[in-house]
Formats: sequence, structure tokens, C-alpha cells
Amino acid sequence: MDPSSLLQYLITGVTVGATYGLTGLGFTIIFNTTGIINFAQGEFVMLGGILSVAASTAGLPLPLAILTAVTVTTLVGACLERSCIRPVSSSSTINLIIITIGASILIRGLVTLIWGKDTFALPHFSSMEPIRFFGAAMLPQSLWVLGITLILLVALKSFFARTMWGRGMLACSFDPRAAALMGIDVSRMAMASFMISAAVGAVGGVILAPLTMTSYDVGILLGLKGFAACILGGLGNPFGAAAGGVILGILESFGAGLLSSAYKDAITFVILLLLLFVRPTGLFGRSASERV
Amino acid sequence: MAHRNLCSLAVWAALMVLAPHFLTNDYYVSTLIIGFFNAIIVVGLNLLLGYAGQISLGHGAFYGLAAYTSGILTATYGVPIEAAALIAMVATGVVAWGIGIPTLKLSGNTLAMATLGFGIIVSIVFNEAVGLTGGPSGLTGIPRLSLFGFPVESDLAYYYVTGGALTLVVALSLNLIDSRIGRALRAIHTSERAAEAVGVDIARYKLFVFVLSALFAALAGVLYVHYLSFAAPSSFGFKFSVTLIVMVVLGGMASVWGAVAGAMFLTILPEFLRAFEDVETLVFGGILILGMIFLPSGLAGGAVKLGRALRTVLGKLRRA
Repeated sequence: MDPSSLLQYLITGVTVGATYGLTGLGFTIIFNTTGIINFAQGEFVMLGGILSVAASTAGLPLPLAILTAVTVTTLVGACLERSCIRPVSSSSTINLIIITIGASILIRGLVTLIWGKDTFALPHFSSMEPIRFFGAAMLPQSLWVLGITLILLVALKSFFARTMWGRGMLACSFDPRAAALMGIDVSRMAMASFMISAAVGAVGGVILAPLTMTSYDVGILLGLKGFAACILGGLGNPFGAAAGGVILGILESFGAGLLSSAYKDAITFVILLLLLFVRPTGLFGRSASERV
Repeated sequence: MAHRNLCSLAVWAALMVLAPHFLTNDYYVSTLIIGFFNAIIVVGLNLLLGYAGQISLGHGAFYGLAAYTSGILTATYGVPIEAAALIAMVATGVVAWGIGIPTLKLSGNTLAMATLGFGIIVSIVFNEAVGLTGGPSGLTGIPRLSLFGFPVESDLAYYYVTGGALTLVVALSLNLIDSRIGRALRAIHTSERAAEAVGVDIARYKLFVFVLSALFAALAGVLYVHYLSFAAPSSFGFKFSVTLIVMVVLGGMASVWGAVAGAMFLTILPEFLRAFEDVETLVFGGILILGMIFLPSGLAGGAVKLGRALRTVLGKLRRA
């Protein structure tokens, strides 16, 4: 086993893991404000990729195409909350899960109807010339992925820690009724959480699209991996989700390289299962004491 | 067995026997057969999810494990069907038991993730173990069902065999939920702590209902594979596990007949939508959302509500 290929696995793993982390971050933002696991999160990622390809094929310059894709996806997130979640916000968790699953099927259906089942590629943001060091190669797009993920993480951290909106959303997650009594508009916060996580998901889809191509059904597996990243990092902890995503990406990449590429997804989920059995709260989650 | 259970079973049996006489097309009969497979699984999943309150996003895997085991044993190794089916069900039960012990210590979202992870691992194995399963292109040459030397040839014969199996599963479930076990399961659903406090061995009951529901799925898997003579990984994946959950919820949690209704409805619906091809998934998704918004307690709850509304209207008319 030569060190350069190990380094290569690490680079690939971190790049892919960053997008799992971004998807996981989307899950966390909605979960923290509303207590809902949004199974349509993967569809936001898919929309980001597909819409940016569609906009750039329509003739928009790349930055503008990306902006359009993220904006439209954010609006889709807002519509989803307003039309499907708000009318039933008081119903049981499992019903809400079904609704978001229905929404994901609906979004996939719409995309298939408009753009078909083809696979599309987005042009790389900068050059496609790999950067070489110590025998490993890295596409500049990977740097874009890592850089943008880091910037989003820092931005979200300061949003939740410093702004009124961010703090209001956190307050909703602790106790919606107390938050409402303090004058926080809980339903507006719920909508904001859907919009932010849609935007974060779309950005993930956009930065990944040049590396892995995109099609109507990429959201399913990305959503699952993002969910896995969340659980791995401890559900409800945004930085846990990001870290969980990177860990998952690295494990997957090494698993594919060293053990078997056919079983790479299986390896990830086996490790996840083992972790869950040993530490159900995830790597960075605190065990919550349940009140009877 | 309670009187009303016997009545409902009798009505069901009559409906089931009569249905093929009104369905002139073989295609309708085969759709109903597929619906019966799904209903067998969903009744079991409803015991787990609706009564005991434990979610499983991996039941497609149990269905597939039994289907592939019986399929491989008969097609590749020439084992007689009765023996293969029995081995497949026992093996699936053992796997469910082994998976259930650590998994059922989890709850809520982590339980969902763990069962989902198990389902994904199994479906990856179906796809990748090409030598054993035929990989993505599927396992072929599986003999059709025969019971003790009598081949079940026609679709109509298969319809009655599957329908009979479903009726047995329903009868068993109706009995179970009226028993001590059923009360224990509902207690676990309401509050595990409280159930434990009054002496319910929650780990044992949860494991019992998990294995039982996996066995129902296994029964359906065996029937399925010897009906189609074919097995492909895509029939047992994540999507199917989710569809099963949707069937339980749309049918109505904690209602055995609701589970049957949900399974039949969601099996037949896509067949009707197939005419619209491109908009099929669109309409399917839309119905899920609208169903959850306007019928949150499922079809069973909706029927109860409708009955109540009718009774009020009738009462008012009588008084007027």
C-alpha cells in the first residue's frame, strides 16, 4: 500500500464527505427548529444540480446560473413548508415523515417530467487541470467544494450564534411554546429553516454536480448519506453532522480503495450500524435524559 | 375469537372469493395477487409500527431475504419447494432475531436509521453477489409454486392460495392484538417506562413482534418469488420499504383491516396511473401528501369518521 494512493483516498473521501456533511447540515437545521426529519432534503441537493445545469444550458453565465438554481430551490423549500408542512404541523412524527417522502416523490416526478431521466454535467468552476502533490491528484473543483463548505459552516455558525433570527430558531428548537411567548414567530422560523436548508442543500448539489454529474435520482442516495452523517455526528448537532459527513466520506473512500468498490456503500452502513449499537447518540451527541 | 372479528373475516372471505368472478381480465387478478403479497407484509409491519410503535425501514430486506433464499435453493440447488420455503422462512426469522436484539434498543430516528442501514446492506448484497443472486439482472428459472405434488398453475389458483395465506395472517393478527400480547404491545407504544413499571418485559415483546412481522414478510417473499419465477434486487430495496411504511400509515395505524386496505389501495393505484406514464410518480406523491393532510388517521380512520358523520346526518333526519 503506497502512501500516495492512501493520500488519494483521503482527498476523495474528504471531498465527497463534505457534500454528505452539507446535506446532513440541511437535515439538522430543519430538525433543530421543527423536530422534523425532512426526507426531501436529498431532493434539494438534486434540484441545485439540475437547475444550475438547466440555467447554464439556457445561456446564463455560470455564476448567474448557480444563483438562479439556489434561489429557485430556496423558494421550493418555502413552498414545501407553507403548503405541506404548516397545515399539519401538529400531527405525529411519522405522518410528517410520510409527507416529506411524498414531497420528495413529487419533486422527482416534476423534474422527470421537465428534464427527463438523462444524466447532466455542470462545467467545472475553474480549470480541470488536476493539482499534483506527493503522487496524488486533486481537481480544483474539490478545492471549491471544501472551500464553499467551510464558508457555509462558518456563516451558519455565526448566524445561529449572533443574529436575532438564528437565536430565535434555536429558541424554537428548545421549546416552541416558550419561544412563542417570548414573541418569536414560530411558524416564520419554521419556514426560514426550510429555506435555509434548501439553500444549503442546493449549494451542495451545485458544487458536486461538476464532479459526479447529476440526474433526477441522485437525491435519494445523497439524502440517505446525509441522514447517516447526521446520525453519525449526533442528530441535532450541525457540526457533528458536518464532521459525520467527512468521516463517512473518508471511510467510504478507503473502503472502496482497500476492500471492495462494489461494497463501498455497504461498508459505510455496516460501520454506521455498529456505531449505533455501541453509541446510539452518535459520536458527538450528548445522551439526553428522557423525562417520563 | 371475538364475534366482530369472525364477522369481519367472513365478510372478507366472501369478498375475496367473489372478486375474481367480477374481474374478467387476468391482469386484474394478478394485480390483486401482488396486492395480497404486500398486504401480508403490511399487516405484520402494522403490528410492529401501529401497535408497538417501533418503526422499521428495512422490511423490504426480510421480504427479499426469504424470496432469494427460496429462489436460490430451488433454482440453483433443486431443493423441493416446500422445504426451500420452510428454510427461507426460518432463516429470515433467525436473521430478524439476530438483528432485532441490538436494533430494538434504539428508538425513534436512530431506530429508523439502523433498520434503514440494514435494508441497504442487504440490497447491496443482492446487487453485488452476482454468483449467487444473478446481480442486477436478477435470478431466473425459479419454479412456480407446487404444494405437496399439486402444482399451482393458473393465476386463479394462485389467487386463492395467496388470499388464503393473507386471511390466515389477518386472523392470527386479529387474535394476537386482542390477547395479552396485544395489550402489552399497546402499553409499550404508549410508554415504555410505564409498561416496564407494570411488569411488561418490553425487550422480549418488541423482539417477538419484530420477528413475527419479519416472518410475515418472509411468507410474502416466498409466495412472491414462486409466483413471478424471478427475483431482482430492485423489488426489495429502500423504495419498497418506504412504500410499505406508507401503506401502513395511509391504511391507518393500529388497524389490521386498515393495513390490508392501505396495501391494496397503494398496489392498485399505480396500475391505474400507469396509463399516464410521465405523471405517474407525480400523482403518487401528490396523493401521499393530500392523504396525510386530509386523512391523517389513514383510510381506516377516514372510514370511521365517514361512518360517524353519516350516523349524525341520519340521526338528524330521523329527528326532523
